[in-house]
Amino acid sequence: MSLFINITLNGVSDGMIFAALALSLVLIFRATRIVNFAQGAMGMMTTFIASTLLNRGLSYWWMFVSVLVIGFVFGALVERVLIRPLQGRSELNPVIVSIGLLVVLEGLAGAIYGNASRGFPAAYSQSGLTVGHTKIAFSHFDVFILVAVLVVMGALLVLFRLTSLGLRMRASAFAGEVSRLLGVRVGLLLTLGWALAGVTGALSGLLVAPTSSFSPYFMDLVLVYAFTAAVIGGLESPVGALIGGLITGLAISYVGGYLGSGLQPVGALVLLIVALMIRPEGIFSRPPSRVV
Amino acid sequence: MDTPLTRLGRTVPGHPLARHLGLALGAGAALYFLTSALSPYNDFEVGEIALYVVALSGLSLLTGVNGQISLGHGAFMAVGAYTVALLMNHTGANFVLELLAAVGTSAALGVVIGIPATRLKGPYLAGLTLLLALALPPIADKWSNTFGGDQGLTTTVPTAPGSLNPEEWLCWIQVLGALVTVVLLANLLQSRFGRSFRAVRDNEVAAALAGVHVARTKVLAFSISAGCAGLAGAFLGLSTGVVSTGEFPLTLSIQLLAAMVVGGTGTLVGMVWGAVLLVYLPQWSTSLSNQFGLGTGVNAYLATIIFGAFLIGAMLIAPSGIQGGLRWVWQRARGAMSAAGAATNVQHGVSQGST
Amino acid sequence: MGHRRGRNGRPLPWARAALAVAAGAALSAVATSAPAGAASTPGVTAHSITIGATVPLTGPAAPGYDEIAPAMNAVFDWVNAHGGVYGRKILYKYLDDGYNPATTATLTRQLVLQDDIFADVGSLGTPTQAAVQGFLNAQKVPQLFIESGCNCWSNPKYPLSLGWQPPYTVDGKVLGTYIKANFAGKKVGYLYQDDEFGQDVVKGLDMELPASSVVSRQTYDAATLAGPLSNQVAALKAAGAQVVVLATIPAATALAMLPAAAIGYSPQYVIDSVGADPPTVGPLLASFTSKGGGSAAQATAAEGLLNGAITDSYFAPESETSNAWVQVEKKLLKDYAPAQYAKSGLDGNTQYGIALAYTFVQALQKAGKNLTRAGLISAIAKYGKSFVTPGFVPLSYSSSVHFGFEGEQVYKLTSTAPPAVTPTGSWIGSTPVSPVYVTSPGKGPVKKYTGKTSTPPASLKRTA
Repeated sequence: MSLFINITLNGVSDGMIFAALALSLVLIFRATRIVNFAQGAMGMMTTFIASTLLNRGLSYWWMFVSVLVIGFVFGALVERVLIRPLQGRSELNPVIVSIGLLVVLEGLAGAIYGNASRGFPAAYSQSGLTVGHTKIAFSHFDVFILVAVLVVMGALLVLFRLTSLGLRMRASAFAGEVSRLLGVRVGLLLTLGWALAGVTGALSGLLVAPTSSFSPYFMDLVLVYAFTAAVIGGLESPVGALIGGLITGLAISYVGGYLGSGLQPVGALVLLIVALMIRPEGIFSRPPSRVV
Repeated sequence: MDTPLTRLGRTVPGHPLARHLGLALGAGAALYFLTSALSPYNDFEVGEIALYVVALSGLSLLTGVNGQISLGHGAFMAVGAYTVALLMNHTGANFVLELLAAVGTSAALGVVIGIPATRLKGPYLAGLTLLLALALPPIADKWSNTFGGDQGLTTTVPTAPGSLNPEEWLCWIQVLGALVTVVLLANLLQSRFGRSFRAVRDNEVAAALAGVHVARTKVLAFSISAGCAGLAGAFLGLSTGVVSTGEFPLTLSIQLLAAMVVGGTGTLVGMVWGAVLLVYLPQWSTSLSNQFGLGTGVNAYLATIIFGAFLIGAMLIAPSGIQGGLRWVWQRARGAMSAAGAATNVQHGVSQGST
Repeated sequence: MGHRRGRNGRPLPWARAALAVAAGAALSAVATSAPAGAASTPGVTAHSITIGATVPLTGPAAPGYDEIAPAMNAVFDWVNAHGGVYGRKILYKYLDDGYNPATTATLTRQLVLQDDIFADVGSLGTPTQAAVQGFLNAQKVPQLFIESGCNCWSNPKYPLSLGWQPPYTVDGKVLGTYIKANFAGKKVGYLYQDDEFGQDVVKGLDMELPASSVVSRQTYDAATLAGPLSNQVAALKAAGAQVVVLATIPAATALAMLPAAAIGYSPQYVIDSVGADPPTVGPLLASFTSKGGGSAAQATAAEGLLNGAITDSYFAPESETSNAWVQVEKKLLKDYAPAQYAKSGLDGNTQYGIALAYTFVQALQKAGKNLTRAGLISAIAKYGKSFVTPGFVPLSYSSSVHFGFEGEQVYKLTSTAPPAVTPTGSWIGSTPVSPVYVTSPGKGPVKKYTGKTSTPPASLKRTA
């Protein structure tokens, strides 16, 4: 029984990590209608920069803040230079460009930082919390991840539902021309959307790195599972990203725990197919109306 | 659009299939003489180019002509490769039948994935196929007794006739496969199926209103492209000599996408440029970094960086790839020539109709 | 309209395709360098011997393993600086295959058919080298000292393929012998990589340990390794395993120990040498400290987790700084591969490379001035047992045995031993806790080794 509880808790902590990155995907999709496959790699790059800052002696929390700022700038830069020129063309182009960016970033990280083994510290102790007499598989750091994810999710909800900035961002994404006519500074808002996603992406990198093997590829599988999570929950919905993350995390934890860790991606694939067959737009989105 | 080959084609009358076959035979003969002249290693490389042409042609059909993106074609290649390897190791089946079986199993998986794919738009489909590319190879690791585990399953190329060296023989097999695939796909694209593919890509609703069965068309395109990838995977297994999961990483699927885009999405000829890129880029980037004296660390990752840069660059600067660029050059040249021709004719007081 | 060409004037794509393929082939013929070199033995001229290898320099398999080839080059550069072997300099061409067997197949053909290497020396990986074993043997190119512990390299069907490091089953048998002797009656759990590496270690363990003592067998898949192996660790704890054997790559060792520490589970760890090198695993455990704090804190955290772990080794580890071999290796690396030394220092991987390269040099020397491929193979079979290496036991090569080392010693990682100091930090040292054992990867018994251990020759000591 306690094995089941541990597997479940592991699923929850995995799920929170997927939710963290899924929130970036949701943010970019909501603000620009694009899925950024390089989101994980961007988070990887900022985490490598973070590692350099730590090695130079910067304290953890100053590093934390600096990296979020760097993520902001990075996101804005990518949008301006790579994504903006593609506006108005086929919707496959940004997908392909983001894949190209993923490949370039992994190559650059490998070339600059090399292959040496490295670890990355966690914000808080990774020792399990003590419940009763036993240590459970949920640590202070896991609590921090949970809180961070909830804060980001809350911020996104507030942004999109309650602020006029959020409304303008959504309008820019959905109906750019009309918004321009109405005086909305579409370009700026698209860049802002990517910049904010850059922040959340950088954050997720800092949250994932301590518990994975920190290499140029460490965000690859996370991205794929985060994408699954975002799609299940609805690419439009921050709450969906959280719930989708939980579902995905629990699913692959059970698959890994009871069937074997090699079958985890298959489990995610089956989950994704089932979700897409039942409700393609995700749990928390409204079905799109047919456009003729 | 008129090119010298088009005009050549017009001089050869008759059914498109006959024309295609005739020209393919001619090309085959040219390649026969060429490969006899090349060294065994170059033959091996030409064979590799040919097998990637097979995979890329299918992908080009799916993405360029039918508008569905796939980041998972490496998985279909794996299915084809393992099919051939399993048949070779457990049955004494005829070689050609084994290759057809590889096409069949991967086409069947293409149907399985193609069905949910009909409901998905670009990014969603990309994500689904990405997950497929990651999920499929580890299955072979899990059941390592059947699938050969780490050492994989060995493949055997049928014995070369006479004193032909094995690299040349395998190269011919692969080139023949490429020619057959391209001829079949070219015919398909000029048929009503090709028109349905394009119609669905351009506007699903309009296509449905015009009587095209959208879902079936999309699944068909997926299945055909998966079958091509399966054949390419079988060839890859033959080239490598062994089929194991390490040959089908996520990088393969991404490289296929990149090669297709750089070659010219939607074209078939362009896939040759893409295949050449795939086969030669590692060597070229090594000599490039040696020239600039970059350390071995950077050296090794340079090919990856260039690949990604090509992908980005192609999308931003030249979305129709090399083939599109060549066509543009050809059209400009033709435009210049016909302008010169018209000017000359006017000078001579002869007026021409439209060129 | 009928079946004539469509009116949109589409050109005939596949004809152009065929011509383009032809053009591509012609281009490649032009681009290729001039054909074969020496008429007699490929790769051998009066002044040089060209050898090649395929190793992972990029990709998930690269960490650690990309250090081996540069370390090998240090030995070859030393040899070349002192006149080479019979006046021939050794040129080592190693290419990156990213651990992808398809790439290995292409690159190996390039090395053999285009670059005319004399032999393939020190290529890495089981799936990668299995892919080219048939080709190399058919082309009569020696496939020497394959960097993999697979039992499959000693195969009479492929007489030109030789292993070098101890087969993984030998690791398993030696570690199993130690567990049987020192942890009798305790419950044992395995956590191993679900491929031939892990399975072979387990095969060896099972030959020594009674089946009833193994209470849990957990696996992980290297390709899908993304995060902590928390579920596997939870299962081991639930089964009550008091001794946990890890047959894991360094990344997975860390991803097993971290969640175990998180739930307060600290069994007696027995870690296969592949995943136990402290300078390699240590940094990965650093994240257990919170908020960083540089290499001192990392080292402390790593020490805490690794302290008391049991592992195996077939040569003296880098922390035994008084060992003559360790001193020689360090000097060689520092003097002839300073860039690699600055990056990693002397660690398990660079030690491996130096020892392997030195084995090859001796093989060349014994093969004589009239160097042929067949001559090299028979020299190794005839004289291999007398080669001088850092190993605790001599190499096993003979006309029928194609394994290198078949003996090891059990070590304990302990903070009471002097640490291993590298440019990246100071890492927990180790001390031997068993006699040296020899055994084959088959069913035979594990015996104590009663012979001598060689010391470095004077020529190596004079490497300055």
